[in-house]
Amino acid sequence: MCRVVDLQQAVLAKNDETAHTLRAGLAARGTTVVNLLSSPGSGKTALLERELGLARERSVPVAALTADLATENDAQRLARSGVPVKQVLTDGLCHLEAGMLGRHLEGWLPDDTRLLFVENVGNLVCPASYDLGETLRVVLASVTEGEDKPLKYPTAFGLAHLVVVTKTDIAEAVEFDEAAFRANVERVNPGVDVLLTSARRDRGVGALLDRALAAADGAPLHEPVMARRPDGASHTHRHHGHEHPHGTGAMAHSHS
Amino acid sequence: MHEMSLAMAVIGQVEEAAQRAGDVTAVRSVRLQVGELAGVVPDALSFCFELACAGTVLEGAELVTEAVPGRARCAPCAHEWAVGMPPALTCPRCGGATTELLAGRELQILSVQWEDGPTHAHPREPISEER
Repeated sequence: MCRVVDLQQAVLAKNDETAHTLRAGLAARGTTVVNLLSSPGSGKTALLERELGLARERSVPVAALTADLATENDAQRLARSGVPVKQVLTDGLCHLEAGMLGRHLEGWLPDDTRLLFVENVGNLVCPASYDLGETLRVVLASVTEGEDKPLKYPTAFGLAHLVVVTKTDIAEAVEFDEAAFRANVERVNPGVDVLLTSARRDRGVGALLDRALAAADGAPLHEPVMARRPDGASHTHRHHGHEHPHGTGAMAHSHS
Repeated sequence: MHEMSLAMAVIGQVEEAAQRAGDVTAVRSVRLQVGELAGVVPDALSFCFELACAGTVLEGAELVTEAVPGRARCAPCAHEWAVGMPPALTCPRCGGATTELLAGRELQILSVQWEDGPTHAHPREPISEER
């Protein structure tokens, strides 16, 4: 017979559960995850290269995992900092999920890692929906992308704990309107901090590392309006994939 | 586009529920709530859902999506408003930034309509060679 059954289940419940378990497991060993989201070409890798180098100088044990559809170029760049780096090739998938991240960390992430920077696939739509077990979610936008980027991608900007503007060295050339950008960020994520950086001119470099360390030490984080859900709904997900880890010195890579 | 991943998550959960129920023979439709701020395109999700249902107990099932508009309430002044798209999350009345999002981020399977009960053997018409 035909019947209607109430399910009342969040679609992303499985991903959220996995993320929760991953966050707790990593916290127990003293590792905090920073999830970096931006559109392609916004300068995530350039800024991260500088932050990782700085962490190494200060003897802060950090590691970085970078996800791309193809090429190991980013991992090669990040590995120059001398910290453990892993490239994940998503084989076309537009985002990372908590289960994928967890599998990639197994057997790779050094035990003493204080901060793990995850450079998500360059995309401001899909990665926004997936909790990776991070403590700090950072959304980056370069000055060339237009002041209305936060309005065009409200879910990504709306769920950020911190917004970082990159490439400010060319802000004048591209007539970047900082006040308009800030107003647009404020509209979708009231109260979130906006940091201005230029990896090339050394402006604001180190601020991301400081924020990440503060988050790792339990400093109170910004609470985005969009992240406060009255229903407290959790989410579900399943993933089909495979993994080929190949350690290559400080750099490893794998497909998912 | 992560709608394929989401479609597969929906299918996975409905399959699990059908397995728990034990005697589900076919899923007719799945009702889904999609918030305005969920970052999901319902049309793309329906398209992916249809493809991903092939070969499962959900084959041919309809995905019925229910859009949920974003609504917010200002904590200090209690004003309530439709956030719109792009969303305005600072209070339009007092300018306050301690907003509570009441609705709009939903991505929830509400219900499923399925056929269950003992499968009735359908005696087929004998074909000519068998006579």
